[in-house]
Amino acid sequence: MWVYTDKVRELFNNPKNVGEVEDADGVGEVGSLSCGDALKLTFKLDDEGRIIDAKFQTFGCASAIASSSALTEMIIGKTLDEAGKITNQDIVEFLGGLPDKKMHCSVMGQEALRAAIANYRGEKLPKEDSEIVCECFGVSEREIVDAIQHNSLTTLEQVTDYTKAGGGCGTCHERIEAILEEVMGLAGAEPKPEKPAKPRLSNIQRMKLIEETLEKEIQPNLAKDGGSIELVDIVGDRVLVSLRGACATCAASDITLKHYVESKLRELVTDTLVVEEVAQ
Amino acid sequence: MKTIYVDNNATTRVAPEAFEEMTPYFTELYGNPSSMHFFGGQVQQKVEEARERVAGLLGARPQEIIFTSCGTESDNAAIMSALQCNPEKRHVLTTRVEHPAVKNLVAHLKREGYRVTELPVDRHGLLSMEDVSRTMTDDTAIVSVMWANNETGVLFPVEEIATLAKSRGVIFHTDAVQAVGKIPMNMAESQIDMLSLSGHKLHAPKGIGVLYVRRGTRFAPFVIGGHQEEGRRGGTENVPYIIGLGKACELAATNLAEKNLRVKSLRDKLENGLLEMIGNSIVNGDREQRLPNTSSISFEYVEGESILLKLSDKGICASSGSACTSGSLEPSHVLRAMGVPFTAAHGSIRFSLSFYNTEEEIDYILEVIPPIIEKLREISPFWKGPTARSCAAS
Repeated sequence: MWVYTDKVRELFNNPKNVGEVEDADGVGEVGSLSCGDALKLTFKLDDEGRIIDAKFQTFGCASAIASSSALTEMIIGKTLDEAGKITNQDIVEFLGGLPDKKMHCSVMGQEALRAAIANYRGEKLPKEDSEIVCECFGVSEREIVDAIQHNSLTTLEQVTDYTKAGGGCGTCHERIEAILEEVMGLAGAEPKPEKPAKPRLSNIQRMKLIEETLEKEIQPNLAKDGGSIELVDIVGDRVLVSLRGACATCAASDITLKHYVESKLRELVTDTLVVEEVAQ
Repeated sequence: MKTIYVDNNATTRVAPEAFEEMTPYFTELYGNPSSMHFFGGQVQQKVEEARERVAGLLGARPQEIIFTSCGTESDNAAIMSALQCNPEKRHVLTTRVEHPAVKNLVAHLKREGYRVTELPVDRHGLLSMEDVSRTMTDDTAIVSVMWANNETGVLFPVEEIATLAKSRGVIFHTDAVQAVGKIPMNMAESQIDMLSLSGHKLHAPKGIGVLYVRRGTRFAPFVIGGHQEEGRRGGTENVPYIIGLGKACELAATNLAEKNLRVKSLRDKLENGLLEMIGNSIVNGDREQRLPNTSSISFEYVEGESILLKLSDKGICASSGSACTSGSLEPSHVLRAMGVPFTAAHGSIRFSLSFYNTEEEIDYILEVIPPIIEKLREISPFWKGPTARSCAAS
């Protein structure tokens, strides 16, 4: 059973601003029946351009309904510029938190708000020009990038929790990993503090550390998917390994090697290491 | 607040009679059934009595009963044994609507290089015997088809499939976890080679299961260890739970037809009442070929988790095939395999009754649900009033 905060339960049981604003100035619709949740947001502006009324209709779980209700409460009284700054994190804070797997409900709120504002301004949403990455849930690259940036996401699983992308057939997982790497790379280029320099290792120390990292860090994680890895040799910076179990027949093993094994070894041992698979 | 428990396909309460019979085996009678002394011997006798009681419910011989830790272990043991005993055969035949205990195991076998066929079902959740016959080949090591579906209660013609498998020399296994204790069965007149059951689905505790293996069926143990269960399942017997299961099976076998009739009439009252009072509601699965206790019903344009949470606040415990309840993002594989439209799949609720349920409870549920659905539909952007076209009609 999900653990919801009192605020989520309260807004789920007694949602505020349910319905449709008459003669709405802005209308935003996101999600669909097939996705399992959908939100229609309508708002009206006063003469000074402030939101005087906002209403929602939501199909979805408790956290989707609570997020929608929270959103309407948060935007009433704000100008569009002020409202436009509201992020999904603000919605989560308003609710006193959401379970990880439900973060996409808060993102849906933010998306609906943007859509409604764009609708009022007669603008196209940036996501409309963006390529769809996850076909199952119709999630665009733009939405994924936004979610990663606003919430400092680092893993595929988190991207799925926040945007639903990758939660269906799974064929877009590689693409999401690539987007993650790209966005994190950009973020890392600017404010990220320099990593502490790794101590210089003797050859023997380095070999031991590679062996230890493979055994203690990497092997247990591969084992979760029924896979296994074996160190064959170390030649200079080249770490020669052989994949076994599920990894040996897995189509994604290249990605596992490069994106996981190599990056882990670079992180924990030396950042010049290159992992190569060799046949036994 | 009174608890109204209509989630008996998830788990059941331990029958007080079963619990009572178990308790001395935690405290005074703690001997090991394998021991040579009288203290263990008396425990062994009680374990054998439980074996007879389980066999009695199934119409089997006591030697055909192997105690395991759960339904999942039984399913795994059956399928892995068939593969090990027929190493030249590389094909597994099953369905798309199996419990994860089978579904995820065959997915694993696929990765290991086995050929796996998962037969589709029609929109009523039924299998085509023609499909079964066509896909069963000389290479098929085992056919594993569940007896009753956990989500919809739909029954598969396992006896018919077992007979077909026997005529082709293929081992037939059925995951009967949801069926045992709910419908009559008689292994003496059946061609089923292996059958799994789980204690906690029939008023015994969680953590005990059985694999029935027909006499003469080759069997390779899944848990290798001591000589327990005649070398077919290593590990010291879970004595109190075995005894509890024995008692629960004896209780289940008593007045089964009469109890079923009562459970079925409560289920039908609930189902018909909901269909009558709530527009755009649909029963998932064939209404005839079905367990007497289960009703999977979809309320269009609302989402299952929301319904469950509101029911839970009223003390009512049920389940949903909706995506949100499982933590996955897609609705249940069973409803998807049946082609239940998304309008309905996300709003499906499973009620599963037991003979502990009362008519008052059903009346209470019928009183509570309509306003819940109405309120959620008021919030839903897709609900355009009861004139909305029902997807079920398309």
